[in-house]
Amino acid sequence: MIEAPDLSLSALTPLLFVFGAALVGVLVESFAPRHVRQPTQVALALVGTVGAFGSTLLVAGDDGTVTGAGALAVDGAGHFLQATIAGLGALSILLFAERGLDPAKSAFVASAAVPAGSPRDRELLTDERVQTEVYPLATFAVGGMMLFVAANDLLVMFIALEVLSLPLYLICGLARRRRLLSQEAAVKYFLLGAFASAFFLYGLALVYGATGSIRLSEIRQSVTDDGTGTLLVLGLGLLVVGLMFKASVAPFHTWTPDVYQGAPTPVTAFMAACTKVAAFGAILRLLYVAFGTADWTWRPLVYGIAIVSMVVGAVLGLTQTDVKRMLAYSSIAHAGFLLTGVIGLGGGTGSGLSATLFYLLAYGLTTIGAFAVVTLVRDGDGEATHLSQWAGLARRSPLTAGVMTFLLLALAGIPLTSGFTGKFAVFRAAIEVGAWPLAVVALVTSAVAGFFYLRLVVLMYFSEPAEDGPSVGVPGLPTTIVLAVTVAATLVLGVVPGSVLDLADRAATLVG
Amino acid sequence: MSLTNYLVLAAILFTIGAVGVLVRRNAIVVFMCIELMLNSVNLTLVTFARATGTVDGQVIAFFVMVVAAAEVVIGLAIIMSIYRTRRSASVDDANLLKY
Repeated sequence: MIEAPDLSLSALTPLLFVFGAALVGVLVESFAPRHVRQPTQVALALVGTVGAFGSTLLVAGDDGTVTGAGALAVDGAGHFLQATIAGLGALSILLFAERGLDPAKSAFVASAAVPAGSPRDRELLTDERVQTEVYPLATFAVGGMMLFVAANDLLVMFIALEVLSLPLYLICGLARRRRLLSQEAAVKYFLLGAFASAFFLYGLALVYGATGSIRLSEIRQSVTDDGTGTLLVLGLGLLVVGLMFKASVAPFHTWTPDVYQGAPTPVTAFMAACTKVAAFGAILRLLYVAFGTADWTWRPLVYGIAIVSMVVGAVLGLTQTDVKRMLAYSSIAHAGFLLTGVIGLGGGTGSGLSATLFYLLAYGLTTIGAFAVVTLVRDGDGEATHLSQWAGLARRSPLTAGVMTFLLLALAGIPLTSGFTGKFAVFRAAIEVGAWPLAVVALVTSAVAGFFYLRLVVLMYFSEPAEDGPSVGVPGLPTTIVLAVTVAATLVLGVVPGSVLDLADRAATLVG
Repeated sequence: MSLTNYLVLAAILFTIGAVGVLVRRNAIVVFMCIELMLNSVNLTLVTFARATGTVDGQVIAFFVMVVAAAEVVIGLAIIMSIYRTRRSASVDDANLLKY
């Protein structure tokens, strides 16, 4: 008689919600007539993500449990990250659903199988038709991310990594306009992503060989009892490479600017916010649950990577001429700031975990808002992303320029925005555990990064607009909701962050 | 025969795959090199399963095969779509995104 493994359904509800919606979405795609697919898919994806968000909040009071025969650890940090991912995922789905900005009706291609630039492709540009598979694909990606942050087992972590990555590779290549760029971004992301997951997998195999187990708690036990050998440290290094790639941390960032620029902007917003949260969730869990008792093996490595990432993001961000690429380098710099929070967890007792959780939430909301503004600024050819095209934007649309300025100030970490609260929290955590040189580098690079954010602000307010410059589209309901929510959240988390900081503090537990 | 031989073989195959990804220019060949890396990991996993006397490694190898199959589907779809427009699968020809 084989005993069935224990399953805590309450802990699994959020995952069931989002994967259920994705599976129904696949059926809708197969059986529903074309004209009802778009509204149905949008509704389904929203039900899945908002349902997952709500159910995470409902079950979040419970203490941490390990369920699914030990494969899933649903604890405070897991709940916080799952709710963040589901909420940010719902906002991204709203951006996906925007249809009113452009004569081309949608950010997504009408039929991906039609070769780019062919007569049929030009004919379909203004067609009502959309490749509605993007909604179930994005929902699957959200599900994979929510599984990723709760994985208590390296195999589950690997499967979740693939469940979140494979749909992303596809939806990166489905832009309606500039399809060649979009397809190129998809190829680059796919080849480099698969390369990185091969490293993750080899690391998994080496850790398994060294400890005889892939369960994080058993790896921890084995590390505590037997110490660390070459095989284990090598395996850990390869696992970290695989995860850092997903988090777009320099020096594993080379795909980031290209993919962020080429992908449809709503997808870029989704990747920048949700993938980052998911990848950092997994990094925290791997480093603290499995290797927390042997932190000398990874602390110098993460320390160095954090410095490289902050410097590369801030310095290369200065030289960019495209708004989406600039925001990509900003995301690399922010990945470095987040790593200072990871260092700040100390031996597992520091305030680094709650600081990192708060930072991820604040950064995700601000980034989605910034990319939502990018979708608004358009010329006849689609989005106008070159910096010179943003010159004098405040004259054309003071409101859009004001919103973008506020979000850029938040990314730069100016007081009274969520960016300041987040940065303050992670830097304080790093200083508390004695990593003050890291905090100094972080402060200097923040100042450098602040320069390129402010350069865009200056460009919008103090330059003459070009004669044939871009126009600012009137956002439809979905984009308006996203902008309102992200701006409000950025302001609230900056002015009265107390309750959310408390929440992050109470959520800061990792079980294994 | 010592199990170490299998591990060394797997490490060599993984390295060949990784070097292939970095030096080959055709997207299909790059992709095949990644598959070689995944399969060398499978060999490592099965060897370690034998060495540690657990079956986890063998089970993971099956999961890796399934994931690799899913990855092939996605990867070839993406490479096909870019090939139909450009009539080339070289990763050097796709160079619109830079700086």
